[in-house]
Formats: sequence, structure tokens, C-alpha cells
Amino acid sequence: MATTEKRLEVLKTYKIYIGGQFPRTESGRYYIATNKKGENLANVCLCSRKDFRDAVVAARSAFGGWSSRAAFNRGQILYRIAEMLEGRKAQFIDELIKQDSTRVQAENEVNLCIDRLIYYSGWCDKFQQLFSTVNPVASSHFNFSVPEPTGVVAAIAPQNDSLLGLVSLIAPIIAGGNTCIVLASNTKPLCAVTFAEVLNSSDLPGGVVNILTGKVSELVPWFADHMDVNATVYCEADEATQKMIKEKSALNVKRVLLYDKTKWTDASGQSPYFIMDLQEIKTTWHPIENIGGAKAGY
Amino acid sequence: MATKKNNTIKLKFDSARNLAPAPESKSAAKIDPQYDLFINGKFEKPSGKKYFPTINPATEEKLSMIAEANTADVNKAVVAARTAYDKTWKKMPAAERAKYIYRIARMIQERAREFAIIETLDGGKPIRESRDFDVPTAANHFFYYAGWADKLEYAFPNRRTEPLGVAGQIIPWNFPLLMAAWKIAPALACGNTVVLKPAENTSLTALKLAEIIQEADLPPGVVNIITGAGATGAAIVNHADVNKIAFTGSTEVGKIIQRAIAGTNKKATLELGGKAANIIFDDAPLDQAVEGVINGIFFNQGHVCCAGSRLYVQESVFKEVVRKLKDRLETLIVGDPMDKNTDIGAINSKAQLDIINKYIRIGQQEGAEMYQPSCAVPKKGFFCKPTIFTNVAQSNRIAQEEIFGPVLAIQSFRTDDEVIEKANNTPYGLSAGVWTDKGSKIFNLTTKLRAGVVWANTFNKFDPTSPFGGYKESGYGREGGLQGLSAYVNIIENR
Repeated sequence: MATTEKRLEVLKTYKIYIGGQFPRTESGRYYIATNKKGENLANVCLCSRKDFRDAVVAARSAFGGWSSRAAFNRGQILYRIAEMLEGRKAQFIDELIKQDSTRVQAENEVNLCIDRLIYYSGWCDKFQQLFSTVNPVASSHFNFSVPEPTGVVAAIAPQNDSLLGLVSLIAPIIAGGNTCIVLASNTKPLCAVTFAEVLNSSDLPGGVVNILTGKVSELVPWFADHMDVNATVYCEADEATQKMIKEKSALNVKRVLLYDKTKWTDASGQSPYFIMDLQEIKTTWHPIENIGGAKAGY
Repeated sequence: MATKKNNTIKLKFDSARNLAPAPESKSAAKIDPQYDLFINGKFEKPSGKKYFPTINPATEEKLSMIAEANTADVNKAVVAARTAYDKTWKKMPAAERAKYIYRIARMIQERAREFAIIETLDGGKPIRESRDFDVPTAANHFFYYAGWADKLEYAFPNRRTEPLGVAGQIIPWNFPLLMAAWKIAPALACGNTVVLKPAENTSLTALKLAEIIQEADLPPGVVNIITGAGATGAAIVNHADVNKIAFTGSTEVGKIIQRAIAGTNKKATLELGGKAANIIFDDAPLDQAVEGVINGIFFNQGHVCCAGSRLYVQESVFKEVVRKLKDRLETLIVGDPMDKNTDIGAINSKAQLDIINKYIRIGQQEGAEMYQPSCAVPKKGFFCKPTIFTNVAQSNRIAQEEIFGPVLAIQSFRTDDEVIEKANNTPYGLSAGVWTDKGSKIFNLTTKLRAGVVWANTFNKFDPTSPFGGYKESGYGREGGLQGLSAYVNIIENR
């Protein structure tokens, strides 16, 4: 019973991602994402301070579990994210094209995202070996230093490279055992929400990554001064905002990372140093008993 | 109901207190009546012509007059450091740089006794500590970092490094010479030049270090040491031509610095306050643990950012540990810092003594039970008896806020999970201690305690090869070890 009538497309509701759930913003507000021609693409949640605070609660609750997962397991989960993204490539390419990319650009960006996730998947159980030390102290102690995740990270994703920037930011944060709240590109928010769906279907525990949409200028002060956030990440060159983030971050001595000079499309957009940016070094001491004075002679 | 018989013999401590005095002689140290600013390799008078006194906190006698650097002096020092960086230090082969730093290490070792005496006279810490800990560890720090200067290409995998430029360094009064070493040694090894300001109460050993730097023939301007109080420090922080701020001190001032440099590209490392938990499980060797607790909180009169100021004792051994602690407290010798028998010297300043006494009052008002030993303290000078509090609630201010004195807040716990929760429930994260005989329990604790240094079955140990620094509001960046290098370099891609 073929019909000549065109089938009516089912439009997607773009929601946010908090604690493994897809709520709408509690504020009930929205904004319209458009392309360059000014065509409406979707109604997107205009998140509020309360949404951010809910996301911080989710990220903090998830931190203990995620940071104590086996590094190997984190690696597998990052690999799984890449697998899920590979399977849904077409959807991301469509969305990027809708948001003004050419097909070639869109395909490149999605491929790069998948490869970057694989790259960081591999680092999950290796960067610790590279950046740990056993320290030859002058007293009778065994002493070693290892990297440990900083904690809850509040990151503002780059406005351009709306998918690649987001993935390049999130991957090293979670590879290192942190949890995060990420504000998607304001002008190109579609892929971020769809990426949340990928995360949600890839064994990543709820709350490890939380994705909000909205206005940078409205949310950035809360990202920088929340007392239960350990680090703030910002990717634009806007000096006034950089200064404000640094000032507000002093409230609880947050680590502040500015990635305004990073080229995400470049090979320099990935390295274990991005993981180390959000690691603390912990040093552990224990005495060595040396009662009889026996030496290891053979 | 039969009461349990207590067979514990009441210990007598009179003999311990009656040791004959064994004072170190002042004659081995030379203190000038007045000290100027060390800028561009020379000692210069401050442009404001102002001097302030530095006193011996154990006797309240004046030791010397110290120059106060104003903004113009700070500028002069920064210009000297910049010129030395551009013209000399940056270009010098790294192996040559290393040899200068080795020289400093050797000269400190040669003059160790003099340094120890001056450190104790100026700061009030027991001579035993300045002699056996502060001075040798400071020398070792220079010796360790000297060797890094020509090996930096091995420190960061697949990257090379470049120095930052001029480092502005501000240090506290609790370990004056050692903190100067922690700051200057890695900065120089990485190729930076330095403007360092010691705390106003304890400038003398830093100025003695300036003499050594002069004798070591370091190129003028590579290290500049200027003295003064908060305003001088602020002038360094706010100077436009400083590339890096390294600060050790209170969390409060650390936050001010973080705000002050917000609009700049200055890098910063902050080593701030702490409220370390020291945790004793019931299977721990209790006598060792008690020694560790005593060392953890009373080392350097408790003027230690990583001091074990919160003690958590498992309920089943709580009474026994508290009794042992009280007994041990009775044997501590409080008094003349120059006496080699002294365990607890003078509080660094009147202002700090007032803060400590304020917290002792707060602890009592909040309902905690205070215990102090029966020892006498000298009438003159600033002294405080070692103090422990039991019946402390997690919310009490003495369990939450950094006191920076010989005051210990003791609480009990039942389970591992409970004590992890309690230990981490603080904005700080500098250090922690764990006492248990069970290896697997140690690692459960040491991995879950959110602190930069965790001591298991030991406490308050430091080494040049061992990175030191905090999580959370205890600051960021590390000092010591390979990881301490990253505070003083830009890490750049190999191309």
C-alpha cells in the first residue's frame, strides 16, 4: 500500500543531560538554535544556575565511584563511547551539516572525534605509569608519587568545533578519573545533546559527564564560583571572562585551565598533558624496617 | 559489678625535666646590627630608608634591624632579575648553572652551625630541629635541584622545556631557610631568576643566604632577596614584569594572590594551609603511633602547614591512646630553644601566640575538654604549653580551622569508611597520616584520603626528592622531586 504522500519527519527534542537522565531545564526557558541563514533548527534548553547546581551534585556523587574504577575499566568505557559514536556517525554528520558544516568537514570532524576517544581510551591505564615516580629519599622510607584526579570539573566547551572541541575536552577529563559538567557551544548545541545520548548508551555511569546548554555569559560566573567544583576550564580568548573566571575561582582555590590557544583539529589537540592538567600528585611514605641490618647480597 | 583493676603504674617524669641545661653557644653565629636589601648582587639601603626590628621570640630581645623594601625597591629587584635573566642566566649552559647551585649547597653545609643558631634565635624553633632538619634539608634541596639543571630534557616525556623568566617568591616564617631553598633551588635549576621575600619576622637566614649567594659569585641579579611585610609582598605579586608567583603561606593570602593575578599571564604555585587528619587504628603499634602523633603536632611548635592537628583514634583503643598521649606530654620539655634538650621552643611571634590562645579559649567554650601538662614555661618570651582536646565534635572550630600551633583535636571513630569520610570533610587537603599494621588497610586509606602527602606509620617526613603540595584549598603545584620542576618551566612541544 504505497502512498505518494511524504512521510512526516519526527522532530527531536533537545534536552540536557544530568546524572544520567535527560531532563528539561528546571527554568522552563529555551532558546532557538539557528543556522547561518537564520533558519530555526531546534528549541534548546536555556539552562539556569539551578540546573548547574543539580549537575554539580550529580558529578560529585559520581566522583567517588568513577575515580576508583580500575583504570583498565575506564579505558574500556572510553572505547565503548567511540564504538557508539561510530555507529551513529550519520546522525552527527547530519547535525553538523545542519549547523553549517560541509559534508567533508562534518565527516572529518566526526572521524576525528572517534579517533580521539580511542586515543584517550588507551591512555587511561598508561599515563599514571609515565608520570608517577618512586622517590629515592635519604631516610629509611619507601616513597612514591602518583597522579590522582582533581575532582569535579566545570568546563565551558569551545564555541567552534562544537563536537570535536567538546569530545577533546571531555575525554582527558574522564580518562583521568574526574567527573564534569560541560556547557555546550551556545551557537551549535545540537551535537552536544546527541553526544550525551551516546554517552548514555556506553556504560558510562550517570553523573560522570553532565551536559548543559545555554548562555555562556549567564552561567560562567556559577561555573567559576561553585564551592564544590575543583577546577574550571575555558576555551575562548575573551580576556574579561578569563579574568572573571580566575578571580571567582579563587574562592575555593580552583585550578583554572585556559585552552584558548589550543587547536583541537591539530595533532597538538591531544596529549597525555591534557590529562595531567587535571591531576593532583599524591606522595605516600612508609618506613622500611631495617632491624638486623641484613643486606641483599645475591 | 566488679571494677576492672588498673595495674598501670603512674609514671614519674621529674627526672626528665631535671636534665642539666645544654645550651648551644651564640658565639658561632654573626648577626649584624642592621641588614640591607640584596639587589643585583649587592646589599643596598632601602630607598624609603625604613628599617624594622626583628626579635628573638624566646627572649623578646632585639636581634637586628631589617630593611623595608618599598615599591621602588621591588621594581629595582625585578629589573635586576630581568636583566640577569636576559643577559646571563638564560644563555648560560645548563651544566654551568648547575655548578653555581651546587656551590650554594656546599656553602650552606659549611656554615650549617651558624645557620642553625640564627634560625633558632630568630624563629624560636628548638636548636635540635634547626640543626638536624631545617639547615641540612635546605642544603640538600639545593644539591638535589642543581643536578636537574642539565637534565630537564629527560623530565617531561616527548616535550622540551623553557624557563618562565622572573619568579617572585614569597615565603612564610615557619621554616625560613628551608622555604627559601624550596623556592630558589628549582627556579634556578630551570633557568629562571628570582626575587624572594622572606617573612618579616624571620628574615635573617634568608639574608645570610644572600651572603652565600654573593660569595658563590652568582651573576648579579640572578637572586635578589628583599625584606619587608605584606606591602612588599603585594608589590612583588603586582609587578608587571614578574612571570611567576610562588607563595607559601595562609589560604587566606593565597586566595588574595590568586585574585590579584587573575588578569595577567602570571603562573602561580600556592602552598597553603592544612588541617591534617592523623588516624590510629586499633591494630597499630600504639607506642610508635603516639610518638608519630607527638611529632605530627608538636614539631616546630605546630607551626607546620601539614601538621597532624586532627587525631582520629579507633574507639577500642581511644582511652589507651589518650592516656599514652597525656603521659608523653608530661615528658616534653618546653623552653629555651637554644637548649639542645628542648622539644618545644618559642611561638614565633606575639601575634601568633594570641591566635593560638584564642583557639584554646574557643575550644573550651565549644565544650571540648582541654589537657595541658604540668610543666612550667619561661616567663619572658612567647610560649605555649602543648595542648590536647578531647570530646571534640567534627563541627568544632578547633577541628575545622588551621590553628598553626601546638594544639591537637582528638576524635574517635569506629569504621574505616567513617574515618575516611571524617578525614576528608575539610576544605583542606595537604597531608594525612595513617597508623595500622595491616598493609591492605594502609593502601585503602592512602588512596582514599584526599591529600597531597600521606604518611603511613610515620609523619612529618620531608625530602628533596619527594614532591610536596596540596589538594583542594591547600593550594596547587608541587615543590620537591621531579614534579617540582613543572612549577618553573613552560612545557612545549618537540618540533
